[in-house]
Amino acid sequence: MFRSIEAWFEEAADNGLDLAEAVLAREVKNTGASPEEIRERIGATLRVMEEAVEQGLNDDTPSSTGMTGGRSGRLLRSTGGFFGSEFTGMLARAIATLEVNAHMGLIVAAPTAGAAGVLPAVLLTLRGSRGWSENRVVDGMLVAGGVGAVIAQRASISGAGGGCQAETGSAAAMAAATVAYLEGGSHDQVRQAIGLTLQGMLGLICDPVAGLVEIPCAYRNATAAVHAVAGAEMALAGLDFPIAVDEVIDVMGEVGRGMNVRFRETALGGLAATPSGRRIAREAGMSELVELQKRGTAQGERSARLGPS
Amino acid sequence: MANLFEILGPTMVGPSSSHTAGACRLGLVTRAILGSTPERACIELHGSFAMTGDGHGTKRAILGGLLGFQPDDTRLRDSLEHVEGEGLVYEFRSVDLGESVHPNTVRIEVERDGETLELAGSSIGGGRIEIFELDGFPVSLTGSLPTLVVLADDVPGTIAEIASMFVERQLNLATVRVDRTGRGERALIMIEVDDRIPSELVEGLRERPWVHWIRRVQKLD
Repeated sequence: MFRSIEAWFEEAADNGLDLAEAVLAREVKNTGASPEEIRERIGATLRVMEEAVEQGLNDDTPSSTGMTGGRSGRLLRSTGGFFGSEFTGMLARAIATLEVNAHMGLIVAAPTAGAAGVLPAVLLTLRGSRGWSENRVVDGMLVAGGVGAVIAQRASISGAGGGCQAETGSAAAMAAATVAYLEGGSHDQVRQAIGLTLQGMLGLICDPVAGLVEIPCAYRNATAAVHAVAGAEMALAGLDFPIAVDEVIDVMGEVGRGMNVRFRETALGGLAATPSGRRIAREAGMSELVELQKRGTAQGERSARLGPS
Repeated sequence: MANLFEILGPTMVGPSSSHTAGACRLGLVTRAILGSTPERACIELHGSFAMTGDGHGTKRAILGGLLGFQPDDTRLRDSLEHVEGEGLVYEFRSVDLGESVHPNTVRIEVERDGETLELAGSSIGGGRIEIFELDGFPVSLTGSLPTLVVLADDVPGTIAEIASMFVERQLNLATVRVDRTGRGERALIMIEVDDRIPSELVEGLRERPWVHWIRRVQKLD
């Protein structure tokens, strides 16, 4: 797609295109599909996101480990929210998608299955209150895709490659840029939204309990959605982040490469390797994994690259 | 370089793009080479596939792929039930293929109408796959383009003859790779094409005296 955010924004400016149009033009060039086909396919993607959220909010069945299932519905029905029902709803929608994912339901990896809840939670929550049409949301998703593609190329979008910052962090940056763009933000405000969001996600490790895409993933999707909205709001208010956006992305890549393999999806460190985490893994029948966790770091190094993405 | 729908996608049955969607595609590519649903399958899981595969539906995803279910087909969840109706007898084993092998790897042996096929492949992230061994021969196949794999005598003119068969049918060659065991011995030829490879081309090649083995790998959706 684009090698940097700056290259993308420059190409848009040089050709008199808006950010979504520039992504669309590039995708047309790369794949040979027509703009209409691409927009239609994004629309279909959006509908899968909507259905997953609905399904997750309405299905109380626990997952096979019992760690998720029914939590998003409980949150949505709660009345003690600090920032009103919209904020509560956003958290619930993020968790709902990950609950459907844990049930082997249909989701859109955006950019990954483990981070599939962030973009739909932000888009579907703000769409109503901000009055974005379906067409505009499709534009916004093109922008999200542009951001994700740059991060995939410069840093990483996989937990095995760069920890959770690479998964939910990338998703949050994508969502923040989308919100800033759809709210009529300038190129610079979209740029700032990405930087302001990603700086808050730097360093986040990937430590899935029992090696499953479930916990902490579901809750990390909810908190990543909060980061996204916070980043977009600060950017739209004119706040600026003094480190250039592509440099922030590069730092995320650098931090990910420097992360011990125990914290990159192997389930051999972090929350996964705690006594509680190991008990859950044992109860889930992951005996080989528990053995590796017991043997500790040395084995963890040996078993680099284990785990889902 | 990522295209748009690798970022806004894949649309897939959860929970993991590597352990579920990629596993399903490994089943699908096996089925694509064999031509239809196998009657028998022996599936060996290595590394993380063996360790956390149960929790990720990896077995159901591979079997679903063998039945022709795509990664976004919700029947994947219940593929164990569909398997019986399709007459597929299967067996799973855990294996250790060594540290140098990608942790998300599976070795599949299938059989149909007396024909057997063996392959080994890895799920390398985001639902993408790589087949690195086919009937014991080292290959590199991703399922992203239709590919022809030929084991031929290492004699002059083989590549030219194969290429001319594609040209006659106005099929454009994308990449050609040749590995040989030694001079004058055997050469493994892998040809990726932009369009579907017709079966009459494969059958025509099979009759050549210098062709020892041939496989056609169609593109995955």
